[in-house]
Amino acid sequence: MIPELGQFALIIALCLALVQGVMPLAGAQTRNRAWMAIGKPAAAGQFVFVLLSFLVLTWAFIQNDFSVTYVASHSNSALPLMYRISAVWGAHEGSLLLWILVLNIWIISAIIGGRHLPEIFNARVVGVLGLVSVGFLAFILFTSNPFDRLIPAAMDGRDLNPLLQDPALAIHPPMLYFGYVGFAVPFAFAIAVLLEGRQATDWARWAKPWATMSWVFLTLGIALGSWWAYYELGWGGWWFWDPVENASFMPWLMGTALIHSLSVTEKRGLFKSWTLLLAISAFSLSLLGTFLVRSGVLVSVHAFASDPERGLFILIFLCVVVGAALTLYAWRAPRMTSDAGFAAFSRESFLLANNILLVIATFVVLIGTLFPLVMDALGQGKYSVGPQYFAAVFIIPTLPMVLLLGVGMHTAWRRDNWNRVSRHVRIGAALALALGIAISLLAWDGGGVLSAIGVFAAFWVMIASLVDPLAFLRKGQLRRMPLALWGMSIAHFGLGVFILGAVVTETYSVERDEALRVGESTSVGQFEFRFDDLRQVEGPNYTAVEAVISIFDGGEEIAVLLPQKRVYRVQQSPMTESGIDARLGRDLYVALGDPLGGNAWSLRVQYKPLVRLIWLGCIIMSIGGLVAVGDRRYRIARQDATAKIPAGTARETG
Amino acid sequence: MWRYFLPIAFFVLLVGFFLRGLSLDPSEIPSPLLGKPAPAFALPSLDDPAKTVGTDTMKGEVALLNVWGTWCAGCRQEHDTLMAIAAAGEVPIYGLNWKDDPDAARQMLRQMGNPYVANGVDADGRVAIDWGVYGAPETFLLAADGTVIYKHIGPLNLGIWQQDILPLALQAREQQP
Amino acid sequence: MIRILAARIFATIAIAGMLASGAAFAIDSSEDFEDPRMQARYEKLTAELRCLVCQNQTIADSNAGLAVDLRRETRQMLLDGKTDDQIRTFMVERYGNFVLYRPPVDSNTLLLWGAPAILLLGGAIVAAVVIRRRAGMKFDDEEGDELAHEESNA
Repeated sequence: MIPELGQFALIIALCLALVQGVMPLAGAQTRNRAWMAIGKPAAAGQFVFVLLSFLVLTWAFIQNDFSVTYVASHSNSALPLMYRISAVWGAHEGSLLLWILVLNIWIISAIIGGRHLPEIFNARVVGVLGLVSVGFLAFILFTSNPFDRLIPAAMDGRDLNPLLQDPALAIHPPMLYFGYVGFAVPFAFAIAVLLEGRQATDWARWAKPWATMSWVFLTLGIALGSWWAYYELGWGGWWFWDPVENASFMPWLMGTALIHSLSVTEKRGLFKSWTLLLAISAFSLSLLGTFLVRSGVLVSVHAFASDPERGLFILIFLCVVVGAALTLYAWRAPRMTSDAGFAAFSRESFLLANNILLVIATFVVLIGTLFPLVMDALGQGKYSVGPQYFAAVFIIPTLPMVLLLGVGMHTAWRRDNWNRVSRHVRIGAALALALGIAISLLAWDGGGVLSAIGVFAAFWVMIASLVDPLAFLRKGQLRRMPLALWGMSIAHFGLGVFILGAVVTETYSVERDEALRVGESTSVGQFEFRFDDLRQVEGPNYTAVEAVISIFDGGEEIAVLLPQKRVYRVQQSPMTESGIDARLGRDLYVALGDPLGGNAWSLRVQYKPLVRLIWLGCIIMSIGGLVAVGDRRYRIARQDATAKIPAGTARETG
Repeated sequence: MWRYFLPIAFFVLLVGFFLRGLSLDPSEIPSPLLGKPAPAFALPSLDDPAKTVGTDTMKGEVALLNVWGTWCAGCRQEHDTLMAIAAAGEVPIYGLNWKDDPDAARQMLRQMGNPYVANGVDADGRVAIDWGVYGAPETFLLAADGTVIYKHIGPLNLGIWQQDILPLALQAREQQP
Repeated sequence: MIRILAARIFATIAIAGMLASGAAFAIDSSEDFEDPRMQARYEKLTAELRCLVCQNQTIADSNAGLAVDLRRETRQMLLDGKTDDQIRTFMVERYGNFVLYRPPVDSNTLLLWGAPAILLLGGAIVAAVVIRRRAGMKFDDEEGDELAHEESNA
């Protein structure tokens, strides 16, 4: 009875979403205030019923209701409660329900946060978001219903994929969705601006916090996925340029460009059509990601569902939403011109370069990801495009960007000169150069030119990010530094930290595969790994062979690791749990392989310097974003409701 | 002004590819051997290790080479189809017993019937690699001169045999000198 | 004693389980080459070749029977003195371009390999055009001294 309630709630939500989508947009067009006003209660209603539906599904999982096909396919009575809950979004149908729930949370937030926005603008935003909801709810109800019944009900479930039975992987999808889906809000803002058809620049200030918050969530979501892959999969890698990873990375790149472009539009009323296009593209890439993961057009370890029929539905949805948005853009964007100027050496120039380079980076990833599909479609055979390609070409746009970043951060708006700016960056450049060369020559076994450049770039960014806080500190005015400036400094610093971790790990990691018997050792550098014992361990829903590995640093025992090879009882699938001794400076990593006969086992031991900085950098970036959002000027005040649409430059706010 | 249409144009192009991509299977790898001479091999026969089965054995007539193993569920699934093809007698079927236990293989043929004219035992998988085999069962159609005409990946059924493979086999036979 | 026995029994079950699924990630614990350069070539090659069974892994990482066989072939070819290109050609002749994670440079992939640099060039041109146009437009320097640091925030 209860699962049907969930389905029924979705149907009601769909109806409400239709009202929310159509009425306010029609009302905005015809200036009908009653129609525009319906948007908010409709949205509230949709939220309530979607939430209800989600809770019903969660309840089915908690209660082990195996009469529901989705529950029977992805859960089990022996599954610990935490994973029974995270199993709700562990596969295609449930993850879509999470998608629409997250969208609703953003919609409600946008309504509350936008209560002082001009009426017509707000109605359009609510309307667009409603239409997007309609698409997803329809997709769920017509092709991917999580509440389908299994008759007769199963005795027990087929268990959640063991790979997903992990806390990091439980939070990874929600975090990622808050990111992807969040870009729907700036998207809706952009559509509203284009529908309005007039010059508008206040929208940039209104949109910025939404774009930034989505970006923060997406950064954390991607970082979580990377961290999980590292400690869970047993191969010690943190990024594989897998199509689905790329599908989450492209909106991130676009989103970064969007945040920066919004600054220019907010400040000088420039790049208006550019920013609108970025806002449309970021969300379009999110939708594209949804398509790629669920349609089966690409081979990926992450692919949720390889169902061309569902793929067709998403593709049609994509066509309607993105097609309509881009057509509207082609029609209306030409009006969004500005006659503001800026000198060749100015912040605007740097941000223009930043935008262009980030868009190029997005294209590079897109081309690489879609190349196999394009070649196959053209009958040119099957190609693979793997990490070797992406790693080689990704630096082409990103290295210049990172180098320009250090200078651009300190360049003034409108007009600046190199002499003034170079004062800020000279010392930083020298320091970064020295560190880059020193580390490449002296640290570990010495790296190559590329790693020297990489380390230089990392320190260049980090030091450049410290210049502003240090300047305020020297003047004793640290507390008066605007939050937005704090945010920028912290976020850029985090980027530098990330780059340092990535470059150092990729260059200086050492990996060794060995066959060891109990009692034997192997060593990597100064560290000795001793295979002390092998024993059997019983978990709640798995049986494992556990190795006891003691690690010695120059003779002194510093850690005992317990890598496991688990077999989950229901699915009979093996899983590696690696043992990691984690320090900020380095990780020591051990994965247990296969029994080789004669009581020997294969082991992979790794030394990974500064690998933690990769995720630490992402966290710092996110903190920077959060701090920036707190800046007072993004609070939408009452006077915005009657905002005149100014032509040309934006007005400065206090 | 036309530059504002670039995004939508690019999008339409992408959608075209996606539409086409929905009907493709990205994980199925076609054979690069089509139209080329079959990779030469000579392996001990399953029935009598003293005898040899290889590309020379198969030359002279249009033939099928079926890659199989007792460990392969799909092979068992298609076994009836192979028996039917063998019974019809139009095209002889040769087998490549891939990374298998010869005793178990002989046992399976005794139990389920033997559609093969002869079977080569590929114990270490080298020959299968030469033929670009990546998952059993796979079936190759060979012309009389040893050219690879067609490859089918996955279990055979009579529908595929009659619609896809048999016409090619008959055509190849007519073109024989 | 009993623990070791139990471990052996479990190990046998575990192997059976792993062979059945083929999804686990493999550790290649065969002997290293004596020549460290050859070992490095081996590691690089096996990390560039795609497993056709577990298509999201390299043959270095994959547990599949085919991956084990291909690693063995690669090892043998290196010992036989083949060059990296010859080994890659061997694989492509049998499995097509799909097997190379680093796409080859041929007429089809010219655009793939060239695109990043071409895009960068295009981007530079766009930037130059836009900046030149904007630099020629009016921008009020009088609107306060824009060089004040407070203005330089994001």
